[in-house]
Amino acid sequence: MQLFGRKMPLRAQIGLAIVIINLLAAIFVPVIAPYPEAEVVGRAWAGSSAEHWFGLDNLGRDILSRLLYGARLSIGLSLLITTLSFSMGVFGGFAAAVLGKAADMVLSRIVDLLLSMPALIFAMVVLSVLGTDLIVLIVTISVLDATRIFRVARALAMDIEALDYVEVARLRGEGLWWIVRREILPNAVPPLVAEFGLRFCFTFLFISALSFLGLGIQPPNADWGSMVKDYSALIMLGVPAVFYPAGAIAALTIGINMLVDWLLSINTVRR
Amino acid sequence: MTNAQTLLTIENLRIEAASQAGGKTVLVDNVSFSLRRGEVLGLIGESGAGKSTIGLSSMNYTRGGCAITGGRIVFDGENILELSEAGNRALRGVRIAYIAQSAAASFNPALTIGRQVCEVAVRHHLVGRAEAAAKAVELFKALELPDPEHFGERYPHQVSGGQLQRAMAAMAMIAEPDLLVFDEPTTALDVTTQVEVLSLFRKLIRERGTAALYITHDLAVVAQIADRILVLRHGKMVEMGAAQDILTAPKEDYTRRLVAEREAATADAFVSEGEGGREAVLTLDAVTASYAALPRVVDTVSLSMARGDTLAIVGESGSGKSTLARVIVGLLPRESGRLMFQGKELSPGLRERSREELRRIQMIYQMPDMALNPKHTLLEIIGRPVEFYLGKSKAEVRARVLELLRQIELPEHFIDRRPTELSGGQKQRVCIARALAAEPDLIICDEVTSALDPLVAEEILALLRRLQERLGLAYLFITHDLSTVRRVANTVAVMRKGKVVAYGKTAEVFSPPYHPYTELLLDSVPEMRPDWLDDVLAARKGRVEATR
Repeated sequence: MQLFGRKMPLRAQIGLAIVIINLLAAIFVPVIAPYPEAEVVGRAWAGSSAEHWFGLDNLGRDILSRLLYGARLSIGLSLLITTLSFSMGVFGGFAAAVLGKAADMVLSRIVDLLLSMPALIFAMVVLSVLGTDLIVLIVTISVLDATRIFRVARALAMDIEALDYVEVARLRGEGLWWIVRREILPNAVPPLVAEFGLRFCFTFLFISALSFLGLGIQPPNADWGSMVKDYSALIMLGVPAVFYPAGAIAALTIGINMLVDWLLSINTVRR
Repeated sequence: MTNAQTLLTIENLRIEAASQAGGKTVLVDNVSFSLRRGEVLGLIGESGAGKSTIGLSSMNYTRGGCAITGGRIVFDGENILELSEAGNRALRGVRIAYIAQSAAASFNPALTIGRQVCEVAVRHHLVGRAEAAAKAVELFKALELPDPEHFGERYPHQVSGGQLQRAMAAMAMIAEPDLLVFDEPTTALDVTTQVEVLSLFRKLIRERGTAALYITHDLAVVAQIADRILVLRHGKMVEMGAAQDILTAPKEDYTRRLVAEREAATADAFVSEGEGGREAVLTLDAVTASYAALPRVVDTVSLSMARGDTLAIVGESGSGKSTLARVIVGLLPRESGRLMFQGKELSPGLRERSREELRRIQMIYQMPDMALNPKHTLLEIIGRPVEFYLGKSKAEVRARVLELLRQIELPEHFIDRRPTELSGGQKQRVCIARALAAEPDLIICDEVTSALDPLVAEEILALLRRLQERLGLAYLFITHDLSTVRRVANTVAVMRKGKVVAYGKTAEVFSPPYHPYTELLLDSVPEMRPDWLDDVLAARKGRVEATR
């Protein structure tokens, strides 16, 4: 199997398959889900059966259906947040690296300020003050995540900026925007892609933590993180429900990382 | 072969590396040699010849991704390829020690030199801590390090590069190994330092009767120290023989080329002087510059060069020669003095210069790897200046790039390749093409050949010369290599500690009467006569102090 004109090793193929399955599930949920996500269809904590493959949850909702709807919400939200935070973080980080000492000072100190507060507590404060609106949730997590991406992007850009080919461009008289776009960005992409995969997974867990505290995704909407929290207590009583959403998170995380590893390896400059 | 005197025997050695495509690349193929106790074998070859790989394999070690896939390595009667990890540990550092090219990268900056020098002996319980320290002092003395009693108390950053390289030799010798592997130990040093370090290494191994593999790309260096020489190319043996025979009567064509190239490097042939009275391209008048809070790096430098001239700035590391190049192009604004380019004064800083002024001065760098963006194709790399300065259309840019590729003698289909698909020499050609694309009047060449193998470097210099003849360019060569100066420059300026100590026609500066520092530099360039080092050391006594 080939992608981008390169042969894919088995690991990458598995990773790609996992990602595609999850994306398909997220897109076609209304068609493939056996039951609506919020409908009570039986007794609470009923075990697996032919009608309910993964059993029922604490309110008697179908776990498989909730898992599928959860995929849509968790993946969609994480993707949106990660994309937003990368746009902000990379833009800010590159700006700090190339605009000179003063700009770097201002931007870095703002980021330090945000980083000095524990992310979860910061998010809790913002969400309790402004309300648990989805938009507020997205913007808050994006900004918090952007601070971490800022640091990665800034360090990367500074490393690349010190190389001779960037100096050549400056000596030629090229503008800053051209240098960033044509010389720095293409060489920063591979490590940023890896970071994207990792950040995407962290965003999942962060949303779930907020959901657990009642500040994230609001019931009856399902997301994998809150499902883990909802079902985890029951593991002591022998109810295996928690393994389904936890397994889904783990599988997607591993799948993304396998794919990202390969993307990185084909992008790495051979020396 | 099974002589009691034989210390190391390598038979049909084969080392392979797993390549990206999943296949194998053969790094070392069918190499066999043996080494007697107390003998020094020089391994000579260009980069990629497998010299270091063979050197490391004698310690049963290969770099990541490589493996010894064939042959035998017998050290003192034992096949070391069969050793366990514990056996390897008992061998490495104790019976066979390694001296790397960069001592600075091999020392831990957080520990004192003394502690690191003694580490091997102490860790292997060969001697106690106090005894090891006494031994270290003795070695520091033998290596003529300053204040040997207390030298070990210093940290790596507190001593010079040459001293650190000597400290590494002490580290290697502390356990009294039978075999030393020197991997280009003087390549990163200045020529004047190289002479000292080389002579001390030789003294040390001769006094102690240690056998050694001496890896280097410089025939003249190996001539001073090796009894026999093994010439390698692409992982295969080219020829092996007594040092004298290889140097004076090489059998193989490749060796002959290497020897001829090296002889040309020290020959007293100068570039014919340019005719006088041409328009001045670049004039520096008492230019001074410094980095913040440091003493002047460029101190009242005055130079002048005309169209078609090649001016070489020579000096050792820290002499300010590269800084001078940065001042000329405007990366480091000068503090005072005048910088005239084609009759007009140039602004100190890059940003105040016009695009036209920028176009006329181009620069070529030492490391072509870092000077080319790996994500761009040659069309983009070479075409950008054409588009940027001359405002040509897409079709015109492409036509011009093809023309430039022809000029730098690369095939036209390379236009869509990226730098990662090129060899070092080809990359440097692309850098030249990029500079030419701007149609400049002056090209600053900052150590352009020092990262290249000798034969490739010679080709690059020849190309630059041909281009100069055709296009009437002026070159400013920044270099530490005096043989390059001799071959390309009609004018030379010798720099030391930011000042120009000698300046004039190359033939005059490099002929008596010399400036004492110029003489020291000239004398330090290794020659291929095996008795060169002794002559230099004898001649130098007393004179070194005069120039310090």
